[in-house]
Amino acid sequence: MVANVRIKDHWQEQRLFARRSLIAGGLIAALSLVLLARLVTLQVLRHDYYMDLSQGNRVRIEPLPAPRGLIVDRDGVVLAENRPAYQLELVREEVPDLASTLQRLGALGLVAPDDIDDARKLVASHRSFDSVPIRLRLTDEEIATFAVHRFEFPGVDIRTRLARSYPYGDLAVHALGYVGAISEQDLGRIDRAAYSGTTLIGKLGLESAYERQLHGRNGSREVLVNAQGRSVQRQGAFVPQLRTVAPVAGEDLVLAIDIGVQKAAEEALGARRGAVVAIDPANGDVLAMTSRPGFDPNSFGRGITRVEYQALLDDIDRPLFDRALRGTYPSGSTIKPAIALAGLAYGEVKPEERRFCAGVYRLPGSSRMFREGRGGRHGAVDLRDAISRSCDVYFYDLSNRLGVDRLAAFLAPFGFGSVTGIDIGGEKPGLLPSREWKRKAFSRPEDQVWFPGETVNFGIGQGYFLVTPLQLAHYTSILANQGTSYQPRLVRALRDPATGTLHPVAPVKGAQITAVSPEQWHIVMEGMANTLRGRGTAAATAGRNMTYAIAGKTGTAQVFSVGQTEKYDEKTVPERLRDHSWFIAFAPAEAPRIAVAVLVENGGFGSTGAAPIARKVMDAWLLPENR
Amino acid sequence: MTYGSIDSSYTRRTLTRSARALASLKLDGPLLVGLALIAIYGLIVMYSASGQSLAAVAKSATRLGIGTVAMLLLAQVKPGFLRRAAPVIYLAGILLLVVVDVVGYIGKGAQRWLDLGLFRFQPSEIMKIAVPMMCAWFLHERPLPPSVPALLATVTIIAVPAALTIAQPDLGTGMLITIAGVLVILLAGLQFRIIAALIAIAAIGAWFGWSFLHDYQQKRVLMFLDPQTDPLGAGYHIIQSQIAIGSGGIFGKGWMNGSQGQLEFLPERSTDFIFAVIGEEFGLIGLALLLLLYLFVVGRAIFLAMQTQETFARLLAGSIAVTFFVYVFINTGMVSGLLPVVGVPLPLVSYGGTSMVTLLAGFGILMSLYSHRKLIRS
Repeated sequence: MVANVRIKDHWQEQRLFARRSLIAGGLIAALSLVLLARLVTLQVLRHDYYMDLSQGNRVRIEPLPAPRGLIVDRDGVVLAENRPAYQLELVREEVPDLASTLQRLGALGLVAPDDIDDARKLVASHRSFDSVPIRLRLTDEEIATFAVHRFEFPGVDIRTRLARSYPYGDLAVHALGYVGAISEQDLGRIDRAAYSGTTLIGKLGLESAYERQLHGRNGSREVLVNAQGRSVQRQGAFVPQLRTVAPVAGEDLVLAIDIGVQKAAEEALGARRGAVVAIDPANGDVLAMTSRPGFDPNSFGRGITRVEYQALLDDIDRPLFDRALRGTYPSGSTIKPAIALAGLAYGEVKPEERRFCAGVYRLPGSSRMFREGRGGRHGAVDLRDAISRSCDVYFYDLSNRLGVDRLAAFLAPFGFGSVTGIDIGGEKPGLLPSREWKRKAFSRPEDQVWFPGETVNFGIGQGYFLVTPLQLAHYTSILANQGTSYQPRLVRALRDPATGTLHPVAPVKGAQITAVSPEQWHIVMEGMANTLRGRGTAAATAGRNMTYAIAGKTGTAQVFSVGQTEKYDEKTVPERLRDHSWFIAFAPAEAPRIAVAVLVENGGFGSTGAAPIARKVMDAWLLPENR
Repeated sequence: MTYGSIDSSYTRRTLTRSARALASLKLDGPLLVGLALIAIYGLIVMYSASGQSLAAVAKSATRLGIGTVAMLLLAQVKPGFLRRAAPVIYLAGILLLVVVDVVGYIGKGAQRWLDLGLFRFQPSEIMKIAVPMMCAWFLHERPLPPSVPALLATVTIIAVPAALTIAQPDLGTGMLITIAGVLVILLAGLQFRIIAALIAIAAIGAWFGWSFLHDYQQKRVLMFLDPQTDPLGAGYHIIQSQIAIGSGGIFGKGWMNGSQGQLEFLPERSTDFIFAVIGEEFGLIGLALLLLLYLFVVGRAIFLAMQTQETFARLLAGSIAVTFFVYVFINTGMVSGLLPVVGVPLPLVSYGGTSMVTLLAGFGILMSLYSHRKLIRS
């Protein structure tokens, strides 16, 4: 141990510690002064400023809901608009007892007893300071009733809001859809911030599919409120800068629908159950689309009660069900023009070649017999006759020669078995059967085999093959267009509500069918035109007194079931077991401007049930006196 | 003036008697009075800040009681025993921290405490005392100011538990542990040129790191440093607390009459932001009074530290005293908008947490270090 080892020097260390402690004390004093200076700044120098801020003054942000876009027909006739309406709104944090408040509102008849529970859940799902609509569209009497009892309901008030109104009631209701109060499920999928102040949301059809465009952008306004939450102009010396962000109105939808054609379709269907879809083959514009029976969408905007809604759900005619998009039916004979085209395209048939129809077809090498659907016999028929007179035997044989694989492959580009891509949701794809489909669809191996008899039935649109009215209209427009297809669309353009500028939606072209030559298209068109002439199946009905040439095809679909949710009702069964009636047509035959598909549920033969309706729809579009 | 002389002699006798009683309990009278005044002040404020909840006051009082018992017990422990126990407590604490980190890792969540059935136990809270104890123990035998190797070793003693705590993650407590340890080194007489060099290195490092951050990262750091740029998020607390303090003025709005606190505009009013409630209801006078009480306690504690004789006792006592002020300054600075918002309670006043107990336990140790000194210097 030599020199450089440091040893502890207690005296020196104690002095060192004392010095350091004094430095620490000095720093503590300095920091305390800094703190004191800060407190003096806050509490003495800027006291007035902070006093004003604290004096119960606070800025609350109030939403300014954007007006919802209008829906107009192709000529600007308003189909959905906004009208001021009175509604009952409730702010949870200002209500002393929510359950009793709702109970007492129910006792006054302002909230339906069955809706109290839903209203409570709706209020609970909002923030406590949100004003939640618990009852829409009050009548004048209800407003008067509430005015008398207002003092008993703190936190509940009547507000004027823009409500959705459909001036034509149930016209095109399935296509338009409707709006309703924002439900708990809706809250889950929207941006709540963007919807604060909005009370209604699209629930179905266009209102739902174009919700984003229709909704617009809500604005906001800062308001000065006092400690009770009431809006005030100013308080004390404190006048804050209040900002306003103007709402941006939603865009208007300009539809392809023509109100004249739509009305004609609905009036022609009348009280019958069914669907009509009319398409402009040139661009896919849906000129009319209806499903009957319908319902009044205004009742949803008004605030439908549970009882009313249950009645709609329980109705045996299923008014809420959109038959045009979601009803799947056997196509019946309406598929025959496509089978004929397939026969021509694959060279399995010559147009002038005559075959003899004895009313019965027997599969080669089999004893199974396939009868003419309407009985009787057609004698010698060529391709055109087979279409116009709807000869089943001719098509039994033709489809058997084509085989299921070629049939399925040929029909797919016409849109069967897949959705058409129309611009509203909920569309069903129907069913285009094939060997492969059958293999996957059935579990028992013996069911997975495709039988030749099934091909034969396929040829007249029976069996597994299922289509929606929209698909059939789409197919008809492809026939009219000689293979060119456009996605059906309900919206032609979006209109800026401020400037009126139109932003057209470009038609979307589908797959082009190239396997068929122009001559072959023409032959089939002639067969369809003959349907409404001479001995054609619809000559006596839709074909009477034509001023323009119509090409059409009747169809009759056998009924297997009417609907899964329907209740069994003895009295209605016989009527409901009748065949569904189909008619497809386009006109003018040589230069088509409209393609129509009509379905009448349990309407019997296509020629009598559906064809006259199609004629009225086409008249509404084509005859100058109707324009 | 017979009455007066009788009175004063009576007072003197009483004081002398209680001083003797306190000395036999190894307690320091002035420090005890200072702490008691802060605690009583705190309970009065607590009644208002909790929205007139006697339950909250009772709970706070219970914690203070437990802390006082811990203080009394620790004051009886001999400094020599404390010193020998320091490494054991420190290592046990490290072990518990590791356990907490591992449990937290397995449980996939932030983990700060161990559930011992009866109560939850935060090892990081122990470390607030154990780290300065260990540092003081380490430097006790060594010549001071510490040599560079000794300095590095001490830094390691601090860094390991601090890192484990920050990993929990609990940045606030990790920082406080670091400060308690660093204070020991500074009080031990670390040369100013080394301090200056370290500060310079840190400044250069910060400047260098800053230029490597992305714009959005820089924004987040700035927002942390100046929360007022984010009025709806982090800034909401601090804006409301400044309104509370500022609107209190010089004399305050009166007990239980602070609208900011009573109407709950002020978040965390009974915990981290209780200082703002005092400012609103008792004004600048109320805050100054509280600050004076704190300064008295800190001053007395430093004075006691200077009276101790051994290196271990001095360093530990000094660290406990100065750390107490650091807590006060961080909380008040945060609530008044001088410092960024970090979750540090106002000592002996804020509701809840184990901090009341650990703070009083620390003062118990400090009293033990002071009162067990040898009366005759060697």
